[in-house]
Amino acid sequence: MKLNRIGVGVAFSPNLKANIYEAARLSLFMESELMLIHVGEEDAKKTQIISGHLNEFKKQKLSYKIIFVNGRPVEAILNAIRESKINLMVLGALKQESFFKYYLGSIAREITRKAKCSVLLLINPSIKRIPCKHIVVNGLKDPKTEETIKSAFFIGKKLSASKITIVEEVAQEEISIKVDDDRSLRESTIIRERLRLREKQRVKKLIKSVPKDQLEGVNINSQPIFGQRGYSIGHYAQVVRADLLVMNAPSKVSFWDKLFPNDIEYILEDLPTDVLIIR
Amino acid sequence: MKKRQIISTVLKSIPRNLFSGLVVSLIALPLSLGLAMACDAPPISGVIASIAGGALVSIFGGSFVTISGPGKGLVAVILIAVSTMGLNATYAAIICSGILLLILGFLRLGKLSDYFPSSAIQGVLAAIGLIILGKQFHIMLANKIVKENTVEYLMAIPKTVIIALNYSDTGLKYAALAGVLSLAIMVFYSKIRNRYLQLVPAPMWVVILSLSYSYYYEFVLGLSNPISKKYMIPEIPNIQKIITDLPVPDFGLIGSSAFWINVVALTLIASIESLLSIKAVDRLDPKKRRSNVNKDIKALGMSTIASGFLGGLNVVAVIAPSSVNISNGGTNRISNFSHAFFLTIFIVLFSTELKRIPLPALMAILVYTGYKLASPDVIRRMFIIGKEQLIIFLITLFVTLKVGLISGIFSGVLATFLIHVFINKSFQLFFKNILKPNVLMYKENDENYFISVKHFSSFLNFRNLKNKLDAIPEKNSVVIDFSLCGFVDHTVMENINSYQALFKKKGGSIDVIGFEMLGSESQHPFALKKLLPISGFIKNNANKRKKDFESLANKLKMEYISQNDTNNEHLRGFDYFITKEIGYTYNKISSKDSCYNLFDISYSEGVAIAKENIRSTMLYIKAKAFAPQFTLTKEGYLERLYSFTGKKDIDIPGYENFSKRFYLNGKNPKKILNLFTEEIIRFFENNDYYHVESNGEAFLIFSKERIATSKEVKKLLNFGMSFSDLISKE
Repeated sequence: MKLNRIGVGVAFSPNLKANIYEAARLSLFMESELMLIHVGEEDAKKTQIISGHLNEFKKQKLSYKIIFVNGRPVEAILNAIRESKINLMVLGALKQESFFKYYLGSIAREITRKAKCSVLLLINPSIKRIPCKHIVVNGLKDPKTEETIKSAFFIGKKLSASKITIVEEVAQEEISIKVDDDRSLRESTIIRERLRLREKQRVKKLIKSVPKDQLEGVNINSQPIFGQRGYSIGHYAQVVRADLLVMNAPSKVSFWDKLFPNDIEYILEDLPTDVLIIR
Repeated sequence: MKKRQIISTVLKSIPRNLFSGLVVSLIALPLSLGLAMACDAPPISGVIASIAGGALVSIFGGSFVTISGPGKGLVAVILIAVSTMGLNATYAAIICSGILLLILGFLRLGKLSDYFPSSAIQGVLAAIGLIILGKQFHIMLANKIVKENTVEYLMAIPKTVIIALNYSDTGLKYAALAGVLSLAIMVFYSKIRNRYLQLVPAPMWVVILSLSYSYYYEFVLGLSNPISKKYMIPEIPNIQKIITDLPVPDFGLIGSSAFWINVVALTLIASIESLLSIKAVDRLDPKKRRSNVNKDIKALGMSTIASGFLGGLNVVAVIAPSSVNISNGGTNRISNFSHAFFLTIFIVLFSTELKRIPLPALMAILVYTGYKLASPDVIRRMFIIGKEQLIIFLITLFVTLKVGLISGIFSGVLATFLIHVFINKSFQLFFKNILKPNVLMYKENDENYFISVKHFSSFLNFRNLKNKLDAIPEKNSVVIDFSLCGFVDHTVMENINSYQALFKKKGGSIDVIGFEMLGSESQHPFALKKLLPISGFIKNNANKRKKDFESLANKLKMEYISQNDTNNEHLRGFDYFITKEIGYTYNKISSKDSCYNLFDISYSEGVAIAKENIRSTMLYIKAKAFAPQFTLTKEGYLERLYSFTGKKDIDIPGYENFSKRFYLNGKNPKKILNLFTEEIIRFFENNDYYHVESNGEAFLIFSKERIATSKEVKKLLNFGMSFSDLISKE
């Protein structure tokens, strides 16, 4: 995985400074160029404010570029991503009022679905750095998973995370026996154990493809979970208070997926933590 | 287990299951007759339902110790069906509801009633209780009246009492007297702890006494029974007549909506009643098995169809006979089958004799059953859990009485939902999250399961949590975390509580965490559930007892704690408590090294109308060295009877007198014989009778199944201490 260019959407909201700080820090860690995308007319005053926020990072030799684009926000940003060859787009989430719940605004949500690059969703952008200690990554049985796990280890190394947990979601339907009485319970428990072992084996193989130096100093866990695919991993990341959740991109997003949420949609509706979607 | 072993255990279990089937048939007979008559159906139809249920469910069912027969919940529906559609169309409705049950079973929807709020179900049951009580109370006092609805029946009760007090007709007077006496038997039966009396269930005592009274008049006095002919059970045809006069179900109304409303109501209440019974009975099962509810519902559907064609009522899993079954040593389905078998024998041999039972006596049994369902205790409990639960309960109760069963249940569901919305002041919480798979379960390490629940957890989405809990073997430890949850309702709390009991029984545990966030819900049902209201009179008495215990503890330099303690895991290992549910211990005196524990204990045996609350004083002594597991108690007729049903009495050679006086039982006779040396045998012979039991680690000693007086307490302590000294010497 190579992140040449990291993009961040710049809107003049209360979160502006925090968003810029997070994206700039990440660019330094990843040794990438930061592209600040603003939808609106080019304006000297705006440029001044934005680069003002970057003063601290300029000392650390952050290379950055401010891009002004016009049109409907979603299309404009998607165009900018394509044209500037951005590898990772950083987007901020909104906090739901009463409860500690985070969700994506409609623009960020659409960009997440349609962007051709990886997307990082931040629930709580902060000016001061909050270290990323625990990363949860999916271990689905999917061709994309190998790349996702590799990316998680790559980023984990760069951010010096101390713990990476690989979560294998096993669909409930794989347990062919419904629990009715003691006997079916015994049988389903045996099947469950067998599936757990199978999943652990599979993940072990996946880890072998990760470069050796990235495995050093990291505590690696694997956790099979039986439940609704796409949902359980988010819930799990929330329960174990993970700092970053790394996921495969969804294969396709159809009209039905929005009505009856699955895979990534569960996460977009109720962000458990910072989420990185790998494409 | 090898096949041969299985066969031999089954063979061994036959005698005791036959025995318990016999006792069950004794309670099932009067209940079946009474319930059928309460439905305005022929009395025999109830017995037919019992027989069909016992025969088919025991073969095809998925439960182990439940007994099947006509349920009390059905009275509310069948009564209306018979009066609006006629008897033969009602049989057709019963058959259709059997088919619906069968379909529910195949669709794995047998646990339907798990998704109704528990307060609403309580409300429906209370309404059914009032329907039964309201109508039958008048017949119990020999004043048969016809009113429009249950409320009017209830309002007429004072008038009936006044009329009954002023009867001039001897026939009516005696009839009312029979009713009152029977009610007294039902009420006071559980208060008297006599083993021979308890062997026959209270309803059967009513039947036995009625029959002997009738015979006494006919054969000893040579007079006719003084009770008015109008208030005797109508003639029950003999077996040949029952077979030749099978009713023909009338399917003519099958196109009408009224027919199907009755069918749906029958199915709904049958499924609810059965599930409640199965759940309660599973908790009492000494072998701790899990019933297959869907299989049982299928079998109940099948037997309902059969029963309908034979002219019988709906078949459900009935709770009172089931708990009698467990208390009498029933361990498998043979007892259910044999109860049907004995009922058949009764009908073949004695069906014509049953007309000697006075109607008021039979109805007294139902009045008591109805009262138990709708007793002030139920309302008080609802109030303690929370005012909102009482509101739900009352709404369901009144709508069921005024409109009907289906409307009642659904108004209860609606009321619960609206109250939840009101409490949370948010419709969104429910609307947005109801379809989400809000429960996460994973195995933390090799032993522990962790379950986290998000958003909200109420009767609406309890199935998510339930499915996960069902998939965990009960010997594991589980942590349920509600910290991501905004709202948890009473139905969920109550169900978790029963899961906790189940896991505890099988050696696992469920811990619930994460309620710190829900601080505003301080009046949470769970916290208040343990309140035990004590009336003034008992309070005074208790104070004296407290003082006695305190002074005794001071004298012996022991510690005294008066508070209720529900944590009594250590008692569960004793054989004596296998079929009993321990409530709590109190008035505890314990020695400094906690070797000796003397306490008052409250526990119960059975459920529903067969439930008996018992208080006793017991002594618990930790064994200083290993002792084999054994039970030693006074030998009586019952113990001799038990030895026929498979429980062996160990005789000690050379001590015939001891063996005759004491009943000794245990798994390892050799080790027990080693333990019972001459000194110990003499010790037992020279002291009062005590029930002494060892579970390998500790001894449990008590004398009677009632609270011991302070004098007896001292004696018990003395006995226990000398026994413990003696046995540790050996």
